[in-house]
Amino acid sequence: MSAVIDEVRSLVGVAQYEETGEFPVERSYVWTMCASVENGNPLFWDDAVATEVTDGPIAPPTMLSVWFRPHHWAPGRSEQHLPLKVHFDLKERLGLPEAVMTDNTIVFFEPVRPGDVLTTRQILRSVSDEKTTKLGTGRFWVIDVEYTNQDGETVGVESYTGFGYRRGADAASGSPS
Amino acid sequence: MSPLAPVLVFGAVAEGDLLPELRYDVTATTVVLGALATRDWRPMHHDKDFAVVRNGTRDIFLNTPNQAAWFERYITDWTGPHGRLGRVTFRMRDSVFPGDTMVLDGAVSEVILDDTGCGWVGLDVTLAVDGDVKSTCAARVALPVDHTDNPWHRRHDRWKP
Repeated sequence: MSAVIDEVRSLVGVAQYEETGEFPVERSYVWTMCASVENGNPLFWDDAVATEVTDGPIAPPTMLSVWFRPHHWAPGRSEQHLPLKVHFDLKERLGLPEAVMTDNTIVFFEPVRPGDVLTTRQILRSVSDEKTTKLGTGRFWVIDVEYTNQDGETVGVESYTGFGYRRGADAASGSPS
Repeated sequence: MSPLAPVLVFGAVAEGDLLPELRYDVTATTVVLGALATRDWRPMHHDKDFAVVRNGTRDIFLNTPNQAAWFERYITDWTGPHGRLGRVTFRMRDSVFPGDTMVLDGAVSEVILDDTGCGWVGLDVTLAVDGDVKSTCAARVALPVDHTDNPWHRRHDRWKP
């Protein structure tokens, strides 16, 4: 197990699974989103306000992850997009069958604008020593998902804290997997 | 053209201030529209049979990214367009279903002027149904410190979210 954890920890700070969005940020999707929550912020509906306040139209900041959830179908697409792949890699490599996300933070930088082509990458930030919680025994990890625009500017960073674990009874058997 | 006046400026906000409550009756349309708007095609957000049989929930339920959008709308309803989100932290505890009336409440947890002169307001927002908190959002939003300041024009070293 110590070899596995050393191997996993060697990935801390390494950018993985870089991916560029299938298509540019769409303004009509901004309106779909605003309509779904009845968000009347004039930044998204009134071009004069957007010009004055944000130097032109922007997308709602919390839509960041939307731009990497693809449309339901696209011609010729074969691979299934797997968000937060690093999380699932960790579960598999550390032999931890269950996992929960305990925390999700998003930090916003440059505004995202219609027409932007965004790129994302996943970076493992830390993996804890083994800990036992009421869920079971396992490890906490922090994964950052960075988003940049076509000019290489950071538009946002999402940070997820996950806890991968074996349930109480499995942990008590003491069988390292 | 005269510049658009901010709805809310930093100096008008104090720790402990309460935001106006938002009540919203959630329907199946709310849930499906929210899932579509966030391109979340997982069936428990649009297919009741799947949600009940496979997830063991009583109905389809609001997805996490759409709850994020509800929190954003709630916060910017209060700040107006000059309010710029810097950071949000979500904790989801339980699900929100059609038939629920969700109630969003918020309070100012701190007001901080940072070393670049940016005025930050910390908010603790809750989304509750029948008094049970379903999810929480701790947010940091920048407000204009005066009528000449615009947080959206801050970049690089002048934007420390």
